[in-house]
Amino acid sequence: MPSDQAARSQASIKEQLLRHQVLRISMANEAQVEKMRELETMDHLQLDFWVSPSHPERPVDVRVPFTSLQAVKVFLEQNNIQYFILIKDLQRLVDDEKAQMVRQRSRALSVETFNYATYHTLNEIYDFMDLLVAERPNLVSKIEIGYSSEGLPLNVLKFSTGGPNRPAIWIDTGIHSREWVTQATGVWFAKKIISDYGKDESLTAILDKMDIFLEIITNPDGFVFTHTQNRMWRKTRSINAGSSCRGVDPNRNWDAGFGGLGSSRNPCSETYHGPHANSEPEVKAIVDFVKQHGNIKAFISIHSYSQLLLYPYGYTKTPVPNQKELDSIATAAVTALSSLYGTSYRYGSIITTIYQASGGTIDWTYNQGIKYSFTFELRDAGRYGFMLPANQIIPTAQETWKALMVIMEHARDHPY
Amino acid sequence: MELQPSHYPARRAAGVASACINYRRGGPNRVLALSNVRRAQLQGHAVNCTAEVLYHLGSQHSAPEVHFTVEGELGKNPDEADNKFYSRIKSLQEPLVAQNIPDSFGIVPPEMEPIRHLAFSACDYIIWQNSTENTWYNLAQIRDVRQVRRNDDYLEFDYTVLLHDFVSQEIIPWQMQVLWHPQHGVKVTQNSRQPKQED
Repeated sequence: MPSDQAARSQASIKEQLLRHQVLRISMANEAQVEKMRELETMDHLQLDFWVSPSHPERPVDVRVPFTSLQAVKVFLEQNNIQYFILIKDLQRLVDDEKAQMVRQRSRALSVETFNYATYHTLNEIYDFMDLLVAERPNLVSKIEIGYSSEGLPLNVLKFSTGGPNRPAIWIDTGIHSREWVTQATGVWFAKKIISDYGKDESLTAILDKMDIFLEIITNPDGFVFTHTQNRMWRKTRSINAGSSCRGVDPNRNWDAGFGGLGSSRNPCSETYHGPHANSEPEVKAIVDFVKQHGNIKAFISIHSYSQLLLYPYGYTKTPVPNQKELDSIATAAVTALSSLYGTSYRYGSIITTIYQASGGTIDWTYNQGIKYSFTFELRDAGRYGFMLPANQIIPTAQETWKALMVIMEHARDHPY
Repeated sequence: MELQPSHYPARRAAGVASACINYRRGGPNRVLALSNVRRAQLQGHAVNCTAEVLYHLGSQHSAPEVHFTVEGELGKNPDEADNKFYSRIKSLQEPLVAQNIPDSFGIVPPEMEPIRHLAFSACDYIIWQNSTENTWYNLAQIRDVRQVRRNDDYLEFDYTVLLHDFVSQEIIPWQMQVLWHPQHGVKVTQNSRQPKQED
């Protein structure tokens, strides 16, 4: 009987992809890109865009169910849009080794089948967020806290088991867009939280008392730019008045020692602080959120690379009042982190461990009274730097999670 | 004055020492990388190394002086891997050309690994020569590399690399002409800083 069932489910997979075609579509200009976006909204066609229409240089791959083929081809031909058939019959692919590639490339149908061991685009990650919320609506919700310079939504996932305004933990990844391992670990953290709630005693205890906010793509404009134009882009993409150079360093734009040493007033610089504090909508959105919420107890901002765990301050040598406490949390966190794969981290205040930096995130959050404010610099130590191979995403996420748990447990057990 | 090993001044100086050592002793099949401030690591074998780094202060920049001793033998004899690499490149029909190593996703094709190690070694010359107390350089990516055919025994490559300075966070393109021979090691014959990519 089990083999019967297996045969039946194999057959149904085949039926789903039988005679589906994948078309590769080339758009000649912006108007055609617009037409493709129109096509994308036609839900009744049940199209599966492997690559979303973004600009003329980038061909679009679409899986088209058999029943929609004629309609789609007519639409393309009427609009003079070039295409060719990339895959003639998807069902045949399921039978051979390329099935693996298809499953990886096509839009994940569930949180379970999403590929955590690869780097994703903005669209893929935003889709993942919606999948997460759809699967666990009682645990996860999505909040839009604002818009980027170029109009992309700033999405934050809220993990909550109730309460009107519980004390909360904030985690952000991807504030510097080229630090790709961070957005990837953010995605993994989201999955980890929903997997472990109800199973892991400690995380369950955290979520029974506190909420967790997770902003995975904190700098979406920059992130898109690293995919389309320049893999090494760090800053936002705001336009700087009177300069041909764009972007502000979002980790120098906060109102803590703003404009001081360790930031630049040159718009072309990677550490340009911006015309004034909170000039960047990506930063202002978090500032407004934190102030409005009023009950955030731990704030963790994640960067790469160089394997460090840092606490404030970056803008001044004056130690924070609870330096001893932060240092002992860091010791425990780093020990937990390295217990998994032996990855060695250094830790300390920003200004002694890495460099003087003013206008930084956790200096501001600390001064708001969030006394458990930390920054991570994830793998590696410089061998691959920003271009960390994808096979290190999951190990990095796993070890970092151990350190995060130490910090979150401390916040849970030391309410203030 | 004792430096705290976990604080950045010690760390940066160690980076300079490591750069100098890797330039002198590195190659297509050997990379020396800083493991922690008390050691230098040779491809997985930990090797103890003591170094003294002297930054010259003053208006004219000159390269920091590095005096080092390495415990045990690093092995200067060209090994099989070096000879294999040498023969492979010598026998190529077309001069080698490549870009973006590693690529955006951190992938390095296996046959490009020696090219990358050579770049580390050559780059470390540039890093050593240009380091100050306020810099912390790493090789971020080989933007492109092209082989230059020679009549003599040496292999020659023209690299454009991207250096990442951690302190300023700048990505600095740098061109370098690199010679290598299994017996004679790595030499940077010419190098020049390139203008930043405008975006």
